[in-house]
Amino acid sequence: MIELRNITKRFGNVLANDRVSLKVEPGTIHAIVGENGAGKSTAMRIAYGFYSADDGEILVDGVAQRIASPQDAISRHIGMVHQHFMLVETMTVAENIVLGAEPGSAAALDLKGAEAQVRRLSEELGLAVDPRAPISELSVGQQQRVELLKALYRQARLLILDEPTAVLTPQEVAELFAILRRMREQGKTIVIITHKLSEVLELSDDVTVMRDGKVVGPPLKTKDTNAAELARLMVGRDVLLRVEKKPAQPGATVLEVRDLSVTAPDRTRRLDGVSFTVRAGEIVGVAGVEGNGQTELIEALAGLVPAARSGGAIRLGGDDISGLDARQRKERGIAHIPEDRHRRGLLLDFDLAENSILGVQRSRPVAVGPGGVWLDEAAIHERAERIVHDFDVRPPNIALPARSLSGGNQQKLIIGRELDLHPRLLLVAQPTRGVDIGAIEFIHRQIIALRDGGCAVLLVSAELEEVTALADRLLVLHQGKIVREVDPARTTTAEIGLLMAGGAPA
Amino acid sequence: MRDIFKIALLFSTIRLATPLLLASLGGLWSERSGVINIALEGLLLAGAFTAAVVTHFLHNPWLGLTAAILAGMATALVHAFVCITCKADQVVSGMAINILFLGLPALLSGAFFDSTGATPQIPKGQLLPIAPIVMAFALVPITWYVLNRTRFGLRLRAVGENPEAADTAGIRVEAVRYAGVILSGALAAIGGAYLSIGQSSLFTRNMSAGRGFIALAALIFGKWRPVQTMLACLLFGLAEAVTIQMQGVTPIPVEFIQMIPYVLTIVVLAGFIGLSRPPRALGLPYEKKR
Amino acid sequence: MKLLRQLIYPLLAVAAAFLVGSIFILLIGDDPIETYSLLIGSALSWPDGIGYTLFYATPLIFTGLAVAVAFRCGLLNIGAEGQLIAAAFATAWAGITFAGLPAWLLIPLCCLAAMGTGAVWAGVPGVLRARFGAHEVITTIMMNFIAVALASYFTQYHYKKEGDAILETVPIGESGHIARFGKFLPGFPERIPLNLAFVLALVACVLVWIFLWRTRWGYEIRATGANPAAAAYGGISTARQIILAMAVSGGLAGMVGIGEVLGYRYRYYDGFSAGYGFTGIAVALLGRNHPVGVLLAALLFGAFLRGALFVDIFTEHVSKDLVLVLQGVIILFVASEALFRGRAARLERGKV
Repeated sequence: MIELRNITKRFGNVLANDRVSLKVEPGTIHAIVGENGAGKSTAMRIAYGFYSADDGEILVDGVAQRIASPQDAISRHIGMVHQHFMLVETMTVAENIVLGAEPGSAAALDLKGAEAQVRRLSEELGLAVDPRAPISELSVGQQQRVELLKALYRQARLLILDEPTAVLTPQEVAELFAILRRMREQGKTIVIITHKLSEVLELSDDVTVMRDGKVVGPPLKTKDTNAAELARLMVGRDVLLRVEKKPAQPGATVLEVRDLSVTAPDRTRRLDGVSFTVRAGEIVGVAGVEGNGQTELIEALAGLVPAARSGGAIRLGGDDISGLDARQRKERGIAHIPEDRHRRGLLLDFDLAENSILGVQRSRPVAVGPGGVWLDEAAIHERAERIVHDFDVRPPNIALPARSLSGGNQQKLIIGRELDLHPRLLLVAQPTRGVDIGAIEFIHRQIIALRDGGCAVLLVSAELEEVTALADRLLVLHQGKIVREVDPARTTTAEIGLLMAGGAPA
Repeated sequence: MRDIFKIALLFSTIRLATPLLLASLGGLWSERSGVINIALEGLLLAGAFTAAVVTHFLHNPWLGLTAAILAGMATALVHAFVCITCKADQVVSGMAINILFLGLPALLSGAFFDSTGATPQIPKGQLLPIAPIVMAFALVPITWYVLNRTRFGLRLRAVGENPEAADTAGIRVEAVRYAGVILSGALAAIGGAYLSIGQSSLFTRNMSAGRGFIALAALIFGKWRPVQTMLACLLFGLAEAVTIQMQGVTPIPVEFIQMIPYVLTIVVLAGFIGLSRPPRALGLPYEKKR
Repeated sequence: MKLLRQLIYPLLAVAAAFLVGSIFILLIGDDPIETYSLLIGSALSWPDGIGYTLFYATPLIFTGLAVAVAFRCGLLNIGAEGQLIAAAFATAWAGITFAGLPAWLLIPLCCLAAMGTGAVWAGVPGVLRARFGAHEVITTIMMNFIAVALASYFTQYHYKKEGDAILETVPIGESGHIARFGKFLPGFPERIPLNLAFVLALVACVLVWIFLWRTRWGYEIRATGANPAAAAYGGISTARQIILAMAVSGGLAGMVGIGEVLGYRYRYYDGFSAGYGFTGIAVALLGRNHPVGVLLAALLFGAFLRGALFVDIFTEHVSKDLVLVLQGVIILFVASEALFRGRAARLERGKV
């Protein structure tokens, strides 16, 4: 159906795709696996015309084709469901689906016709969506269906799905897979990009593994391979994730949360009466499908949610801190590694030195003089150099803008900055997202070392393997509520998965 | 007697709201596509100057109006190029155009007519006192229809809300935005033409006197929707009409009466902006990794 | 090398503006080279040309710094014009009301009135932005109109000398005058209004640099401008920084009143500002929102203002409005920099 030959793509200095070649047979489900940053999405976005390749060629049905824009891809019956949905929230389902290929004349849209077509399409595949509903009122799973319908409406014969399960509950994943199988039966070809091996094994016919922008290993039939082999290809060595750690020695309670609730600006409840404690010297993990209140939990504890939108009690070492702002909490010993380092964690255009003082710009020795008004250049440099050295930030040049660093080095800078506070409590979200393997191990070791030094750690991660490996206790969050606390060493991933979906195992 | 007073006020309101409405509707097309248009002031001036000059030389206000529309489109094209292709700060580009058109008409008319920035008087028979008013109010339902019931409108809204989504749906984001901005130049220029060859009979230096900014405020007040924007323009027009009628009638100094629309705008912005959600991609150039 | 790279684009923008300007000059039937040599030549003669250039540059340094400080916080202060008008009136008011005070009291008092009024005039849009999300671009523009109306009202009805045909206030107390350069610079005529406010402007450049890059206030303002979410994460109250940045910005714009009232006219004169607030946007942009760049850009635009008068008088058709055209075109080119930068970067990459 589609074949990529020697596709090469550079973003600045980063070689995102290095002579990528792969062939997708018609009527199959083809999985492309690899870690974050392996170049899977880039390759498929090139196939969809969203990026243009620097070199290489694309063949559709055996014929070389120039796919320079999504328009070209659409006209060749290629559709794509992006990881971040490409929907206009203020418009209706039908409007979104027909956008770019509207029925009716240019001067008079046939919205009725559009709605009818959408209804017919959704019935064909058993995808129930109301064509008149605005996107903003749909659940994530429903929005994904709209994306599928969008591609089908354009008569896609090849459908590319980029990490379609990242935001779904296990039940929604099962439904999606059923839909995809039905589509395969109808003769469609499907490419699914994922980093979850279980999904590959469960769903696909063929599999291509990518690492560091290259395709590794020969083309594989899914039935001829296994998880161990795929993992080895993905990572480049045998073990995927194993964290060396001693049993926890929990001490006194550091963080005590009672009935914590958070509402979003649109007044929907995101966190609903959550209570738990974290003791010194232990890591408490929070598992859950993304968007079930993890972000709100961490931000509320860090003091980043306005008091008007949060309720409940937060005690740090016995003192009520719920009235304190972010800076005061930081001064009380709460460090915070945010989930999105570009949005929250860094001032990308500032140099490393200036980034190293974010959060301590009012404290000694950085701030000196009456009221701490003056910034002490020498102290800032000393601090920045120390962090860069201790946490192996590369390149070790504190005059560089943070933007010029790789994701892993940016993350090391943030972790160094926060650990340099010698915190009593560390709030850490998605510590290894978009980070290379070497840095992941380093970051995990740092978190464990901090725990062993007596710090209380609250860890949120979308990677179930990461939370279960690091955490001493695990809280499962579903729709803003803690559904259960489990011992990660004695609970299977399947059980946790069911809890994440809101189900209760025996 | 009182009825006459009321009717006079009504007509005066409509007359004064007309340039605002044309500029606002122009701004709507640009901003719904995602491009801030603070250049409305400059576009009004471009339209006003061109209309006056062309009408003066060709003795035909319709030719003047047509020329004004073309001039407005050309000026808007500059704004579009700087904002969309060069990805410049849209407010900065708009201000530059405002400054440019404070200077350019004055420079040119100073040279052509040996004046300090005004054009010669145009005879009464060569003015268009009614047509632009009709056009302005007719454009309200037309704008609504095009925005909500045509292919172009749907695409324009999509581009202003989520350009990436539009792009993946095969829509040429930049082309749609160019169209939106150029359309805004055409409409605002009609408003400008009304100032010089409708309401008065010549172009004078800076004759828009801040109406472009008030029009922008009306657009925000009207939540970027045609009918509400028209109501906001009528409100501001009424304020100005009352100002004029109160002059000499009340002991309140004229300066204070003049301030009413400005204060009103601030109050409106402070009180209503929370409820008025701009197009999501407004002000953001569409950056695409290639 | 790095400095050169910083300078090259603004210089190109200026050159391009001259080119565009010459098209218009040709169009109206004058000689561009003659016009430009008049424009530049008259601005560089000694002592009048340079004296007046520096005099005109003074308010532009203040407004350029004002726009730059706000811009560093991610705000566009389009209201410097209104802030300096309100401030100049307040300066004159203080100078009139407390005319009897000795110089060492009256001058600081007038300066405080100027900065304080400017700060309040910009602080209001700052608060509206921080508290209610009202966009500062529109509110500062509205505050401009209000400032103009209020200042002319008070001048007209309360502070005008009776029978005066010009819209201006009565003079301020003489102890409020600050020295012109002619007083202490041998050979520099005292009729040239260049005064100590220019020195104050230079000091302001240094102080703004220290404020932005050596104090935590500056750090917090810049962090808010660069990434508000990260600033909040760093314990910075972004609302407070917005108000602070606007107040500082307005205070700087207000300092225009010091030179105008205490050093030049010794009274408030309606319509005294030749669009200094708007030119400040061009100055800040051309100067890359850095005090050194602002100083250089202000000198350039100061020279334009000086030369424009000569162009107005000594050319056949070109009026001083040429300067507005040049300004507008310069802003357009500087704002479009990203395009050319990206292109240059792409070319460089293509080579390797």
